[in-house]
Amino acid sequence: MSSPIIGIHFGNTSSSIAYINPKNDVDVIANPDGERAIPSVLSYVGEDEYHGGQALQQLIRNPKNTIVNFRDFIGLPFAECDVSKCANGAPAIELDGKVGFVISRGEGKEEQLTVDEVVSRHLNRLKLAAEDYIGQTIAKVVITIPTNFSADQKLALSEAASKVGLQIVQFINEPSAALLAHVEQFNIEKDCNIVVADFGGVRSDAAVIAIRNGMFTILSTVHDLNLGGDNLDTELVEYFAKDFEKKTKSNPRNNARSMAKLRSNAILTKKTLSNATSATISIDSLADGFDYHTSINRMRYELTANKVFSQFVSFINTVIEKTGLDNLDIDAVLLAGGVSFTPKLTSNLEFLFPESVEILGPQNKDASNYPNELSASGAALQARLIADYDDDELKDAAQPVVVNTLHLQKAIGFVDGNGEFVPVLLPETSYPVQKKITFSNAQGDLLLGVYEGKSYVEEKTLEPEQREEDEEDSEEWSDEEPETVREKHYKTTAKLMELGVKDVKKGLEVTFNVNKDSVLRVTARDLKTGAVTKGEL
Amino acid sequence: MFTLPALTSDVGVNVNTSAKLTGTSRRPLEPVGKFFLQHATRTLRNHTWSEFEKIQAEENVKNVEESNVDPDELLFDIELADETLLHHDARDWKTADLYAAMGLSKLRYNATENQIIKAHRKQVVKYHPDKQSAAGVGLEQDAFFKIIQKAFETLTDKTKRMQYDSCDFVADVEPPKKGSEYDFFEAWGPVFESEARFSKKTPAPQLGDMETEKKDVESFYSFWHRFDSWRTFEFLDEDVPDDSSNRDHKRYIERKNKAARDKKKTADNSRLVKLVERAMNEDPRIKMFKEEEKKEKERKKWEREAGARAEAEAKAKAEAEAKAKAETEAAAAASAKADKKKSKEAAKAAKKKNKRAVRNAGKDNDYFGDADQAATIDEQLGLIVDSFDDEQLVDVAAKIKANASESKAILQESAKAMIDSGKLPASLLSYFA
Repeated sequence: MSSPIIGIHFGNTSSSIAYINPKNDVDVIANPDGERAIPSVLSYVGEDEYHGGQALQQLIRNPKNTIVNFRDFIGLPFAECDVSKCANGAPAIELDGKVGFVISRGEGKEEQLTVDEVVSRHLNRLKLAAEDYIGQTIAKVVITIPTNFSADQKLALSEAASKVGLQIVQFINEPSAALLAHVEQFNIEKDCNIVVADFGGVRSDAAVIAIRNGMFTILSTVHDLNLGGDNLDTELVEYFAKDFEKKTKSNPRNNARSMAKLRSNAILTKKTLSNATSATISIDSLADGFDYHTSINRMRYELTANKVFSQFVSFINTVIEKTGLDNLDIDAVLLAGGVSFTPKLTSNLEFLFPESVEILGPQNKDASNYPNELSASGAALQARLIADYDDDELKDAAQPVVVNTLHLQKAIGFVDGNGEFVPVLLPETSYPVQKKITFSNAQGDLLLGVYEGKSYVEEKTLEPEQREEDEEDSEEWSDEEPETVREKHYKTTAKLMELGVKDVKKGLEVTFNVNKDSVLRVTARDLKTGAVTKGEL
Repeated sequence: MFTLPALTSDVGVNVNTSAKLTGTSRRPLEPVGKFFLQHATRTLRNHTWSEFEKIQAEENVKNVEESNVDPDELLFDIELADETLLHHDARDWKTADLYAAMGLSKLRYNATENQIIKAHRKQVVKYHPDKQSAAGVGLEQDAFFKIIQKAFETLTDKTKRMQYDSCDFVADVEPPKKGSEYDFFEAWGPVFESEARFSKKTPAPQLGDMETEKKDVESFYSFWHRFDSWRTFEFLDEDVPDDSSNRDHKRYIERKNKAARDKKKTADNSRLVKLVERAMNEDPRIKMFKEEEKKEKERKKWEREAGARAEAEAKAKAEAEAKAKAETEAAAAASAKADKKKSKEAAKAAKKKNKRAVRNAGKDNDYFGDADQAATIDEQLGLIVDSFDDEQLVDVAAKIKANASESKAILQESAKAMIDSGKLPASLLSYFA
């Protein structure tokens, strides 16, 4: 086997690398320090370069030479960058119109690094970690990027990668990668709309993706560059700082180093609270020589950070609204990114959405336990798929004529025995498409009415008793008020065709086919006799 | 399950031509996942749906073929080879066919360790008392399961398996019955193959076929004549009682076992010797080789005697040749003699003729015009003729014959030569001088 193509998830806060191991499974590769989510941090002490977790520790002692949160700056002019993100580490300055960092390499020597160079070095470290793990040289990668990355940014990233001998064979969007990894692991076969919410360290991205016949279409995306796990940390740091001040009458906020210490420990505490219901934090000599030790339970943390959690939830609401869909149109919310570990996020979302919506977070048994690795896994899966294709074929496949396809606006379906409209091709199905449904019990003379349909939401007011069967919910909402239940229904809007299928022996297979000229062809085939009835619009 | 309403009115195909699909939007797909790549292939190669389905189906078939079942599984018994095993007493496990109990009745001594483990797992899943009781068999009827466990224990232990294989008489192949008709190689091949499992030296040589070279056949039989067998008969030992009961008895049993083992081993060895002897006697190749040898010997002998034979032949030939030569020589001599006589006579006749010619020269030429001297001429001519030697005679005769008119001159010339040479005195040849 030639050298494998690896998948890289390159995030602001942390990066992951994954490849398909010889057993054909996805392996997320740990760096030599054993980190699978490798902090995207580079730190310089004299001649030495530190990367990942080791560099992250330098943030306390050596923040001026520690570069953090640099991913978003690549390929952008200095003016468009929000350099306040780097406030914790090495200050960002303008270098050749781009973002750059000035790093001291000991003995008064200074090194000026543009963000491109920093990215190159970071990718090189990731490459080395992967080569170390796999034992083969790596030349090709599939890399994930946020959906709002511009062409310039892609180009800059490509160049930074090629500088360290990596050819980026494909850029894929982070939400698509995450969804791909999820679909691969937990086979989603039916067509559905999924919100992929990626809550990272410093930014959040969400996308509504329609899966139609296994193909993904992004319906809409939203980005919030100021919402992320760091906001949770800030809340927690603020809580600890207040507590510390109350106990010791000493203010750690005055001292950057104290704050760095507190933040780094708060992050650990936050991570612990995702898995345990209480956690301790203990810091020697936090400020003015005072040690700090306290424990915090999950409830306290959730209350403290409640504001941020509600931001997360409303963020997801924003993207659904932007798509023009109702909550009932959403089949699942896939959580990705480090924040997804927090149980409160899942429970808030469960509260927000109707029961029909599945929250695919680490707490759900039908979802990955490592939401922060989804993106890298997806990249690796895509790498496996395209490993069989050569560059020309890939270039062809990326042509607009292939990628940009027509999508149906309304559902197409038939009316079943109860007079209900059953959608076969959902809205946002890209075509050409072909879909088959089988009526295994069909017999005799039947009418196949093909219609265009539209969904609507019906609100019903139910008496409280009827909710009681759902014990979980009844505890939460033990109020006596009548509950409003919303249900999604379809109604037919336009009749497209009627097919009279006569003398069906046993079983009928109906094929709905829309070709590239928007011609709908419905074919009903008797499974026993093979007799065919056809209609074309 | 989807249902369809029944057809109430007579509707054939009724397309609402005025209806159109509500406007469509053009959006990018996410270029990820296998379905996208399939879509890309379809679009780029302009495949129709049916073509695409065909290609997919072919790929699926390929995938299924590649991920086919474990080849070991195919070698295991599908059903229990011997149904009576199910009711076999677990205490008598030694008499049970352990390979059959494991579902390895086809593989027997050929089964690898891995196959044994796999087969055991398979049998346990099927015959575990828990499973059996679920199927309605009483929990206490676990004898067969015990046998399976014993079999596993025996077959996975190297020494124990060796001992069991030694006494696995089911795996023995009987040699063909004497007197019956059989193909030597078909009948004996499996016999030697099964006997070869006890060989300390591996691999054992193959019986081969009619085409096998003599050298290989010889090494085959020499291998079997010097066969080194690991076969032991401990498995058939009588159980040695616990030493706590009676030490002497125990020793007695042990001794008895050893004696029985040795006896069996000797019997087995002699059986094998007889077997090999019989096979060798029946081997058509050996017969063929013997015949070939005989022929070769004869040929050699023939060659050895070739020198003497050639010598005798040469001698006879020489004799015959000498004889023939003598004969021809004799004939030649005889004919030469006759020839000589003849030529002599001819010469004599010629001489006579020439003499006559010369003597008659005068008479024929009217005595050269001197008829009066005829007597003298004849007398002198007679003298000349008699004085001629053979050559002169022929010469003169030829000259006279050729030119009769000149005969006088010719004769004068010869007379003169005769006088000059002193053969005759001139006085006697008065006419011609």
